[in-house]
Amino acid sequence: MNLPKGREAFEPKRPGSKDVAWCPGCGNFGIRNILISALTELGLRPSQVAIISGIGQAAKMPHYINANGYHTLHGRAIPIATGVKVANPELTVIAEGGDGDMYAEGGNHLLHAIRRNPGITVLIHDNQIYGLTKGQASPTTMKGMKTPTQPWGVFEEPFNVIALAIALDASFVARTFMGYFRESVEIIKKAIEHKGLAIVDIFHPCVSFNKVNTYAWYREHTYWMDDHDPYDREAAFKRAIETDPLPLGVFYINEKPTFEELVPAYKRDKTPLWKREPKVEEIKKILDIKRRL
Amino acid sequence: MVEFQEDLSVVLGGAAGQGIQTVEEILTRTLKFSGYNVYANKEYMSRVRGGINTTEIRVSSKRVRAFVKKIDILIPFKRGVLPWVKDRISESTVVIGEKENVEEEFLEKIHFIEVPLTKMALDVGSQLYLNTIAAGIVVGIFRGELSAVEEYLKERFGSKGKNVVQKNIEAAKKGYELGLKLLKEGAVKVEVQRKEKARNEILLSGAEAVALGALAGGMNFLSFYPMSPSTGVAVFAAQHAEDFGIVVEQAEDEISAINMALGAWYAGVRAMVTTSGGGFALMTEALSLAGMAENPIVIHLAQRPGPATGLPTRTMQGDLNLALHAGHGDFPRIILAPGNIEEAFYLSAKAFNLADRYQVPVIILTDQYLVDTYYNLPELELDKVKVEKHIVEAKPGYRRYELTGDGISPRAIPGYGEDVVVANGNEHDEWGDITEDAELTVRMQEKRAIRKLKTIKKNAPLPRLIGGEDAKYIIVAWGSTLHIVEEAIEKLGRDDVALLHFSWLYPLNPEAKKFFEGKTIIAVELNITGQFAELLRREFGIEAHHRVLKYDGRPFSVEEILGALKGVIE
Ligand SMILES: Cc1ncc(C[n+]2csc(CCOP(=O)(O)OP(=O)(O)O)c2C)c(N)n1
Ligand code: SF4
Repeated sequence: MNLPKGREAFEPKRPGSKDVAWCPGCGNFGIRNILISALTELGLRPSQVAIISGIGQAAKMPHYINANGYHTLHGRAIPIATGVKVANPELTVIAEGGDGDMYAEGGNHLLHAIRRNPGITVLIHDNQIYGLTKGQASPTTMKGMKTPTQPWGVFEEPFNVIALAIALDASFVARTFMGYFRESVEIIKKAIEHKGLAIVDIFHPCVSFNKVNTYAWYREHTYWMDDHDPYDREAAFKRAIETDPLPLGVFYINEKPTFEELVPAYKRDKTPLWKREPKVEEIKKILDIKRRL
Repeated sequence: MVEFQEDLSVVLGGAAGQGIQTVEEILTRTLKFSGYNVYANKEYMSRVRGGINTTEIRVSSKRVRAFVKKIDILIPFKRGVLPWVKDRISESTVVIGEKENVEEEFLEKIHFIEVPLTKMALDVGSQLYLNTIAAGIVVGIFRGELSAVEEYLKERFGSKGKNVVQKNIEAAKKGYELGLKLLKEGAVKVEVQRKEKARNEILLSGAEAVALGALAGGMNFLSFYPMSPSTGVAVFAAQHAEDFGIVVEQAEDEISAINMALGAWYAGVRAMVTTSGGGFALMTEALSLAGMAENPIVIHLAQRPGPATGLPTRTMQGDLNLALHAGHGDFPRIILAPGNIEEAFYLSAKAFNLADRYQVPVIILTDQYLVDTYYNLPELELDKVKVEKHIVEAKPGYRRYELTGDGISPRAIPGYGEDVVVANGNEHDEWGDITEDAELTVRMQEKRAIRKLKTIKKNAPLPRLIGGEDAKYIIVAWGSTLHIVEEAIEKLGRDDVALLHFSWLYPLNPEAKKFFEGKTIIAVELNITGQFAELLRREFGIEAHHRVLKYDGRPFSVEEILGALKGVIE
């Protein structure tokens, strides 16, 4: 049997992947198409890619793309993706989930992934609401929005992830809106090609539960940073705290060594961990020392 | 004059930060190198400075591997040590040290040999040498080899410069000569036969054995978040990470630690986490993921008393129920509990083959007592350890959760083979995609929780019976109490008493039931409810006739078990 090539290769043929659980008109479909285009244009094959997702509507992505996938637990995609990457740095590893998944339940992991800097791409489907659990506020929900569980209107400050990531000196920070197809494909390609941790916050409307941040709203309240130097951290930070309109594009790039490059395991030997055999002679050496003294 | 023969226990006591650990290291290593069998175990307080910590070192002509309560020679490095161990002191206890470290009220109860440790240390140049002098005295009393002490000091302090090494050697010599003098003057008499064999044996701790076993079993990834008493394994692995070419990562929390390890296994690596009760509690969410996704994982769980923070540096066999029941929903797991240092090595290695083969969590249950125990052992047979890999290539049409007769689906990994591998923590079909199909849910539940469990049970090894098959009394013990119970039975000297020791705790092979038929069963456990006895009741409908339980955070001693057995049997 010959497996298909190109874009077609990423279209799953499995029986279970036909029953797509996303609502008609949802922004998740757009993100799926953007991701498939990015992977195809980078010349990748499904077996070289691993998509690790958390829980939520966004996190169902591994079922609708033909690539290695692991649909894990709420908030846990990043540590799992980190484990995958360090086990096999040859894989293109993508951690994917919603804003609740990545910023609320998984918030601590995101912070520490920035410190650790594994070579993974983190795609956050930011619909500013909880989709799967039916419309509660998320860490990026705008102030004043009323929801079934915040009937008085959200009064907490929304999470400014872009500013946070730049403050922590993250390796690659970008934001896009899935309504802009070509631009989004280019940003995600850059993110995947970037050596260290790449964070891409992707605005996408939730047509079922977020009646404020619609397709039209995102178009009206965003703009592209055409004259921005992503290597200038101060400039990046200034852009990051702009609120209306919200800037889109690559905010910040900070080239630095990755987790996989720095761990002692890969210092002398580049063979992926999973291919290695136990070093019995090293154990013998230790036992000899324990025998001597 | 007090005379000691063949087997004695030397206890050192002092404050945290006073350097008793150095004395312990000098003594265990050089006495072993001098041809004695040694055993050491420590108890310590959860603090960095002050308090009172003690170390017991047994020195014997026979192999010794168990904690005893009695103290033959006691060296206190501060006041307060004698009251702390008062129930372990008897009229034959010899206390060697400075007068100011021995409370008045003990002077009549013990044999006190006063030695001017501080003065001797100052003569060498600083108070700092007091420990080395004390170690020298003990080595002298045993007529141990001074050259071994010197070699150890060179290795230990070599990085601190020649002067430090030289001064320490001088201090050790002074102590050694004083030890010999005490012998000659008849202040104390020690007769322990040397065994040439012990000289070249391996001196290893439980924590080191777990780490080395894991390395022999092919572990190439270890993630953890520090927690006593499990951290020793991570420390050892980190220090050898580069030589072994493995990743050792300190995660932001236990949740991250285990999830990283799950990711590593998914990608084909043999990964382990090392933790203790509280950390394991945080890992239970991921344990369920491992259960549903059939993601292998090896967890070293070093028990300490709970609930919550409990007694952070002490010991208990109190987390068996946690290991048995952690996680939501039904899924199989394997629980191992090494009885001694050798088993800690072999079972830690084996855990990886089991996780790989059955694709379930494998939990290695040790405890503070075992990880902090040292003794000399003849050999670790490395060729006995076989790394059995169970990874298949993802050929076109690959199905991660293929329904099979024995409940085990061939596991492929990303990037090996042309097709893709989809794993899932949601209920899934054979390909790994989400399903809510009732019939498929039933089949998947049965595959994991019944068929796979049955396969594991069938292949589970039986417990070890030490003693006659027709013994009337069966002492049931598990994990680290092995040698303590064994030595107590030996001292009891009755051949109608046998030990049934479990180091494979769950799932139990149904055939293990035969060991209990027609016997009087005495369960020995270091917890308040008899967690393993309860497991036997649940699995086999077997009721222990007597339960010998201890739960003060201290290990059982040989004397305590002996006393309890006498109470039950006679
Ligand atoms: C530990 C845990 N807590 C809560 C949930 C319930 N839950 C499922 S998805 C979700 C939030 C989803 O929101 P988001 O991450 O923004 O994704 P979306 O569905 O909007 O794509 C929650 C709270 C869960 N599955 N696990
Ligand atoms: S709930 Fe919202 S985000 Fe989720 S699929 Fe439906 S529209 Fe999309």
